[in-house]
Amino acid sequence: MKVAGSDCLALLPLVILAATSIAVMVGVAIRRSHALSASLTFAGLAISFGSLWIAAPQLPRQVTPLLTIDQYALFYIGLIVAASMVFVLLAYGYIEKFEGDHDELYILMLVATLGSAVLVASSHFVSLFLGLELLSVSLYAMIAYPRRRPLPLEAGIKYLVLAAVSAAFLLFGMALIYGALGTMEFRGIAAQLAHPGFDRWLVLPGTALIVTGFGFKLAVVPFHLWTPDVYEGAPAPVTAYIATVSKGAMFALLLRYFYQTGANRQAPLFLVFSAIAIASMFAGNILALLQNNVKRILAYSSIAHLGYLLVAFLASGDLAPTAGAFYLVAYFVTTLGAFGVVGVLSDNTKDADSLEAYQGLFWSRPVLAAVFTAMLFSLAGIPVTAGFIGKFYVVAAGASAALWSLVIILVTTSAIGLFYYLRIVVVLYAKGKHAKVGPAITAPGTLALIVLTAALVFLGLFPQPLLALIRNLALI
Amino acid sequence: MMLACLILIPLIAGALAWAAARWSASAARWIALLAMLADFALALSLWISNYHAGFATWYAQGDWPWITQFGIRFHLAIDGLSLLLLMLTFFLGALSVVVSWTEITDEVGFFHLNLLWILTGIAGVFLAVNLFLFYFAWELMLVPMYFLIAIWGHENRVYAAVKFFIFTQLSGLLMLIAILALFFLHHNATGIYSFEYQDLLGTAMSPSAEMWIMLGFFVAFAVKLPVVVLHTWLPDAHTEAPTAGSVILAGLLLKTGAYGMLRFILPLFPHAARAFAPIAMALGVAGILYGALLAFGQTDLKRLVAYTSVSHLGFVLLGIFVWNSLALQGALMTMICHGISTGALFILVGALQERIHTREMDRMGGIWSTAPRLSGAALFFALASLGLPGLGDFVGEFLVLLGAYRQSIVLAALAAIGVLFATFYALRLVQRAFHGPNTHEWRIRDLVPREGLVIGLMIAALLWLGLYPRPVLDTFRPTMARLEQLAPGR
Repeated sequence: MKVAGSDCLALLPLVILAATSIAVMVGVAIRRSHALSASLTFAGLAISFGSLWIAAPQLPRQVTPLLTIDQYALFYIGLIVAASMVFVLLAYGYIEKFEGDHDELYILMLVATLGSAVLVASSHFVSLFLGLELLSVSLYAMIAYPRRRPLPLEAGIKYLVLAAVSAAFLLFGMALIYGALGTMEFRGIAAQLAHPGFDRWLVLPGTALIVTGFGFKLAVVPFHLWTPDVYEGAPAPVTAYIATVSKGAMFALLLRYFYQTGANRQAPLFLVFSAIAIASMFAGNILALLQNNVKRILAYSSIAHLGYLLVAFLASGDLAPTAGAFYLVAYFVTTLGAFGVVGVLSDNTKDADSLEAYQGLFWSRPVLAAVFTAMLFSLAGIPVTAGFIGKFYVVAAGASAALWSLVIILVTTSAIGLFYYLRIVVVLYAKGKHAKVGPAITAPGTLALIVLTAALVFLGLFPQPLLALIRNLALI
Repeated sequence: MMLACLILIPLIAGALAWAAARWSASAARWIALLAMLADFALALSLWISNYHAGFATWYAQGDWPWITQFGIRFHLAIDGLSLLLLMLTFFLGALSVVVSWTEITDEVGFFHLNLLWILTGIAGVFLAVNLFLFYFAWELMLVPMYFLIAIWGHENRVYAAVKFFIFTQLSGLLMLIAILALFFLHHNATGIYSFEYQDLLGTAMSPSAEMWIMLGFFVAFAVKLPVVVLHTWLPDAHTEAPTAGSVILAGLLLKTGAYGMLRFILPLFPHAARAFAPIAMALGVAGILYGALLAFGQTDLKRLVAYTSVSHLGFVLLGIFVWNSLALQGALMTMICHGISTGALFILVGALQERIHTREMDRMGGIWSTAPRLSGAALFFALASLGLPGLGDFVGEFLVLLGAYRQSIVLAALAAIGVLFATFYALRLVQRAFHGPNTHEWRIRDLVPREGLVIGLMIAALLWLGLYPRPVLDTFRPTMARLEQLAPGR
């Protein structure tokens, strides 16, 4: 297979990501400096983000059978890279407080970002698995990065074991499908599935195993059990990274795989995904009510949010990819912001995850509390925030496909969800006892929170530009 | 542009008040008050300048594109109905700033931010003629109101605030589904994506679809109104809110529910609304009786007044679904007068609580001897509440009863019993709290000039509405006449 020059241009964002990770590694070998590594990483990500405009004129392009670089892939690569940039800003202030080496976190994150970017561009089982493993293996180490603390270590091991098992499921499912259809390309699979006469008894279990693998990464019920522990244990910025980049890339892949192969149009699969969506919305929202730990509350809330996203996925009309994309952007902004605040308040011994740490925060640090409130309201889908437009869009997608029962469950469970978001808000604004003020915020952290809050409000008031951008995310 | 100013002024003034409070708390108060007065003056000038032309159709509009892919526009317009409610909004808004002058002492800036932003949302609800914008404004009222109750409320404030928020949010989301269903039905029929009110009028739909969509809207408005069964958030929220919050809740927020029914349910779903009318009217009468009975049983003054709201708004619901022009005019008259008289009662109770630190009637008695002006005003508004002829409330309830009588004699008779009950609770209030011996030996300050001015204005407004209601009736008569023509099966 020959790779032409324009193919290289289309791959430029990925190439730059890979090159940056090598550059940072070499940089660490020459001189260890936290500031240097972080700025090198940030610059690499920024260049990769800029190269999207170089890659854009080459679209759509199939680079080898493995990768499809189309608008869809490019949009999600952009989203992932942008989220990684925010991660660098948030992580800088957070791990600066730790003794020990800081630089490797950035290298790991760059590799994970590369893996996510491969995931959203993959059109072949091989690239899918490659991307997934790049992402997962880096995440094990990122979760357990503060290695002298027991909680992150425990979370890292948990994630390692479960992710490895789920990868094995996924691999087996791919093998079964390959065995039945003789191809690993998504498009080839679609062509084979269009003609009856394939071996149903290989394809069906194969698909079920693939759903299991996807479900684990997305942390939807019943594959969600790892989520609260890992969210709680991982350092706050890493938690934000798992919640956004890892899940977002997986959701983009889910959409591409199932829409391209047309497997989601099969009745049993529709039923399975409906059940998963309903269970996630209920379990996520109800279990969050029982938590007293902010990170665990956000973990369960993210399970519910993936349930909402699945409603958009199931709607599968013209609106579905757009609704999913908008919701993901809103969810990225909101989740990064919420965990960003948690990270800012954390010190070098423990993350600020108990509700008491937020007692009366508004009266001692009004701006930080206001940012957190905005993020929580966005998660709850209240107007003026991006989350409102996102939820509006998902409900619209569901309504356009007449999925009334799913939409009504979405609405009911998100009303339950309000309860725990308000619980945090009540604590933030409680008068009387104030929590200790917590560490000062660093300049990069301030910048990240300002950008996120501005994006949150801008998307909530003027969604038009983003809508115009994602409108044509046609899946080829 | 003028209409956009009505929304922008409180929005910006809210932010300014917050900023100004860092230097001086009274600066924040003055900014809020001036913003409300400016808005009131704007609305008043709109009223006066159009008075002779009549209020036949939308007569002032502002229209800007917003999210064009979906036909979402920032589209504002007013007719007689919305104009009157806007004037009520800014009138009560200005008064609630004044009554909070000494009651609110901590975080003054943030308080006025919330207060003004609630009013922004309410003004948006009354102005929006794009259903998306309407829903946006509808939801926007919630958050600041939640903060108002949760931060400056009384003992059980957090419980009340959360309950209020969840009730309204859930019902609002059901309305969102209904709006979207209507939107897609319209799209399927015409191929056009539009949330415009004018476009969606007369959308073709099957009777069952019309009924379901209508119910989606109805639930949202019924929670706000409130209709009995969905009213349980109301006594808690009204009781726990600070005085300004109670005034806005009772005077304005409840009215948004009634406004929604008049503006959206009747015109958009005439057949379903007609089919549903018997149930709605029965719920209205049930609300009248239930609210009055429970008001009679309360010992907490604020809770008592809260339950009278349930009763009065029952008249509004009855009047809307009786659906002839008499009853509709009565319903709107009741909405306005209830806003003033109940608002005034909350202000008086708030003033009393500020002085004696209790709302329990058992701990009162004999207040008249020490604070005659306050007690006299309470008597006046209690009489207004029980429907004394010559005051505004009487006009409204009388018109509703007259209209209902044509529709169903039984319902009219039952609703009339509600008026009788009102006499019991209103007189009991005055007797227990203000008359009798001053057993607890209260020595309190009477109404200060600031409070006297507020109460005086409200008394004047109520007298005017009771004795010379014609200008007001003329203003919304065209809207009501149009609504009456829409009624199917006439």
